[in-house]
Amino acid sequence: MSALELANVTKRYGSVLAVDDAVLDVPAGSFVCLLGPSGCGKTTLMRMIAGLETPTAGTIRFNDETINERPVHRRDFGMVFQSLALFPHLSVGENIAYPLKIRGRPRAERDARVVELLDLVRLPGVADRSVAQLSGGQRQRVAIARALAVSPKLFLLDEPLSALDAKLREAMQVELRQLQERLGITTIVVTHDQREAMTMADTIVVMKGGRIQQMDRPIVIYRRPANAFVADFLGQTNLLTAHAADGGATIADAPVPGLTLPAGCATAEVSIRPEDVSVEREGAAPLPATVEFVRDMGSAVEVYLATAAGRIVAQRAAGRNDLMVGDTVSLALDPAAIVVFPAGATA
Amino acid sequence: MSAAAPGTKAGGWREQAPLIFPALMLLAFFVVPFGLMIAVSLFERVAGGFYQPVLTTANYARFLSLFFGKILVFSLGLSALVSALCLIVGAPFTYLLTKLRRKWQVPWLVAMLAVLSLSEVIIGFSWSTLLSRTAGLSNLFVSLGLMDNPDAWTPGFFAVLAGMTYQAFPYAVLVLYPSFSRLDPSLAEAARTLGASPLRAFFTVILPALRMALIATFIIVFVFALGAYLLPQLLGRPEHWTLSVLITDQAIYQSNMPFAAAMAVFLVVTSLSLVLLTTTLGRKGRAA
Repeated sequence: MSALELANVTKRYGSVLAVDDAVLDVPAGSFVCLLGPSGCGKTTLMRMIAGLETPTAGTIRFNDETINERPVHRRDFGMVFQSLALFPHLSVGENIAYPLKIRGRPRAERDARVVELLDLVRLPGVADRSVAQLSGGQRQRVAIARALAVSPKLFLLDEPLSALDAKLREAMQVELRQLQERLGITTIVVTHDQREAMTMADTIVVMKGGRIQQMDRPIVIYRRPANAFVADFLGQTNLLTAHAADGGATIADAPVPGLTLPAGCATAEVSIRPEDVSVEREGAAPLPATVEFVRDMGSAVEVYLATAAGRIVAQRAAGRNDLMVGDTVSLALDPAAIVVFPAGATA
Repeated sequence: MSAAAPGTKAGGWREQAPLIFPALMLLAFFVVPFGLMIAVSLFERVAGGFYQPVLTTANYARFLSLFFGKILVFSLGLSALVSALCLIVGAPFTYLLTKLRRKWQVPWLVAMLAVLSLSEVIIGFSWSTLLSRTAGLSNLFVSLGLMDNPDAWTPGFFAVLAGMTYQAFPYAVLVLYPSFSRLDPSLAEAARTLGASPLRAFFTVILPALRMALIATFIIVFVFALGAYLLPQLLGRPEHWTLSVLITDQAIYQSNMPFAAAMAVFLVVTSLSLVLLTTTLGRKGRAA
């Protein structure tokens, strides 16, 4: 069952089209990430769902009710802002109790709920502290607790982890996902970090220039991107040009056995992930290459190679660091892993 | 530890060095004159002369009369009213100003700063013309049919209030502006997503978040208004004269330096205690 449905939602600022004809179904209890570079419209889309912006066209439905005109404070959605927006004049406990106080709940109930929520976000015993006394990660948790205080029907997070350092961010991603699974709350997160989206989401919605490019499970988006932009934005990839040839295709005149272009395409853009490029000794595979740079990251080895098709990055298993800059090698491209974008599929 | 100590000490001294110049300035232009003023306030006046260094508290005793008590209450009340008006008009004005585009904010701020370049005398005479019967605003209202006969609105209490509020208003805006423009716009949005109506969000989040800036502005305008001595004379009747006017009167026209000094000491003490009040409140606000 869909909790949230967006039908042809468009937002226009003067001549700028911030969100263009967004269609989106969010099933109840699912975790959706709106992913894209800055200015792609993902935050505007979330603000329209929250009610902070009004769509220029289209309808937003929640639990089968159109909510376009419903004011923000009557939607009962919890939202975590990028700046967190914790109230500086209130203590941690008062911040979390604010939505309960607004709804006129009695003091005893508010206090009990604050304790419960602080336990939930694993930050017990800080209710009386000032917000200024907390670290970035702790503030993050307080903002989450405050947004969850009235058990919202929909949980919205706008770049919630962007202010944290890399290590803490990864830990919070896992924690946030576990929290969401425990509460079973329908959640939408805006992010520009593809690792974050891959870690947390059931469904990733990739956006660019106000348009939704693709929405699917993370692994499908990674393995079968809809276009070159999605392929490049989610993880690292090699974008190459393939030419149709008799009974197959070539890349920089090297035949790629097993790869065929769609009928009628003389050339097409293709994407292949670094882990699907294998480096062989010279002459063993069709595409000759020269090693330009080797990046041993411990967990994997990345090899930057100069070829007739341009630079190709290959990824090898940890410890396979026997190549030197200047070595001449050859590359085999796994045809099953190559994604072909027929002309026109590129956004 | 012992090896590090001399180095720390030298570093400490060097760190303090930049403070020497302002400290000397403060000593020369505040501590010394203020000390002299305190001394003079305790001296005895010589009628027809100046004063003689005989210690007396008579100047302060005289100050505690009903007459001066009334003037003191009037001065404090007038200043509080000016501060309140500046806040009531200035806070929404500054809030709207920070919501404007940068391009439009600059001319407004420049216009505000331009008012600061006007001297108190010019402001006083402009307002007395503007509120006069012969050339004032009431003539405009008569020609528009809003009034039957032109009226003189000066001298009077409201003329003093208007002139002083006009003069202090740019200070209020300049003190409010930084905190208003730094206010995170998502605070109000967060309050609304948490269930507060726009009005409720304003009173429970925006105003309290700006509490310190509002208190600071009130006190700065208050202290500023307390020192005004030309506008009450130019736009008011003698009953609208403030303590500052009386200090000028005693010091210059009555040549009663000890009494003027006693009143001035009181005024400085009042101002300083208000500044201290701000800083204490500020510290409390940060700790809470």
